[in-house]
Amino acid sequence: MLLEGKKLLVTGVLMDSSIAFHVARLAQEEGAEVVLTSFGRTMKITTAIARRLPVAPPVVELDVTSDDDLAALADRVREHVPHLDGVVHSIGFAPQGAFDFMAAGWDDVSTALHVSAYSLASLTKAAMPLMGEGGSVVGLTFDARYAWPVYDWMGVAKAAFESTSRYLARDLGPKGMRCNIVAAGPIRTTAAKSIPGFERFEEAWGSRAPLGWDVNDAEPAARACVALLSDWFPATTGEMVHVDGGFHAVGV
Amino acid sequence: MAQSEQEILAGLAEIVNEETGLEPSEVQSDKSFTDDLDIDSLSMMTIVVNAEEKFGVRIPDDEVKNLSTVGDAVGFIAKNQA
Repeated sequence: MLLEGKKLLVTGVLMDSSIAFHVARLAQEEGAEVVLTSFGRTMKITTAIARRLPVAPPVVELDVTSDDDLAALADRVREHVPHLDGVVHSIGFAPQGAFDFMAAGWDDVSTALHVSAYSLASLTKAAMPLMGEGGSVVGLTFDARYAWPVYDWMGVAKAAFESTSRYLARDLGPKGMRCNIVAAGPIRTTAAKSIPGFERFEEAWGSRAPLGWDVNDAEPAARACVALLSDWFPATTGEMVHVDGGFHAVGV
Repeated sequence: MAQSEQEILAGLAEIVNEETGLEPSEVQSDKSFTDDLDIDSLSMMTIVVNAEEKFGVRIPDDEVKNLSTVGDAVGFIAKNQA
C-alpha cells in the first residue's frame, strides 16, 4: 500500500463532496492513519461526515486564524498519533466582497489572504514539531497563473498560496521535507458552490480539457494528493501538479 | 423499513432541537427553515448531514434549496427512504 503506516493530518473535510474527504478516504485505503481538523460550528458537520470514512478519524480543533489553536495543534494531534508524515492543506475562504475585484476593500482581501494563503505557512509551522525527514505537505489550489472570471481576490490569494508553497519548499528542503500543491480543475464542492458564477467554469472546462472533466469527481485530485504524500515523489518539491484534464496545456 | 411521515417529522424535530435548541413542538410541517425557524445555512448543513445519517437517505446539495419548509424535508425523506 502506498501510505502504509503513515500518519497524516488532513484539513478541510467538510462534506463528503470535499476534495479533502476523498484524500482522507484514499489515504486510509492505502494504509494511512488520519487525523482531521475542523473548527467552530463546522466541527459538528466534520465529525458526522468523518463517520462516513472507512475508519472514523479523530477531529481536532484548528482555526488557522487563531494563534492559540496553531500553538496547541501539535499537542492536540499528539493525543491521537505520536508524529506526522504528512499534512494536507485544503483550506480557503474569501468574503463575498472579495469576488468583485474592483470593488473589494482590504478587509475582505486581507481575510482571503490570511485564511487561504498565509495559512499554508502557519499550518506547516504548527505541524513541524511532529514532522521529520520524509515529511510531505500537500496543498490544493486553483491555478492562479491566470485571471479567471469571478475568482477575483481569491485568485490573488491562490497566487500567494502557490508562492508560499515554493518558499516552504526552500525552507523545508534542508530538513528533508517537501511541499507541493495540486491544481485541480473545478469540482462541485461546498466551497466551489459558494463562489458566485462558479457554473461558468463548469461549462468551459469539460469541452476544452483534452481528457474531459467531471466536476462531480474529486477522486483524480485526491489521488494526486495521495501520490505526493507517498514516498514516490522523493525529489519533488515546490511543484504544482495539474489535475485538470489537461485544460492548462491547451489554448482554446 | 420506511417510516411514516409522522415518525420522520418527530425524528427531524429532534435533530433540529439538537442543533438549534428549538422546542421539537415548534418544528411543524408548515414552518419555513429560514423564515420561521431562523436556521442559517451552516445549521441547515448540519441538520441535513444528521438527517441523512438518521434516515438512511441521500439529500443532494442541489436538493436542499428546494426544501424550504419542514414538510418539504419530511416529504423528500419519506419518498427517498429505502
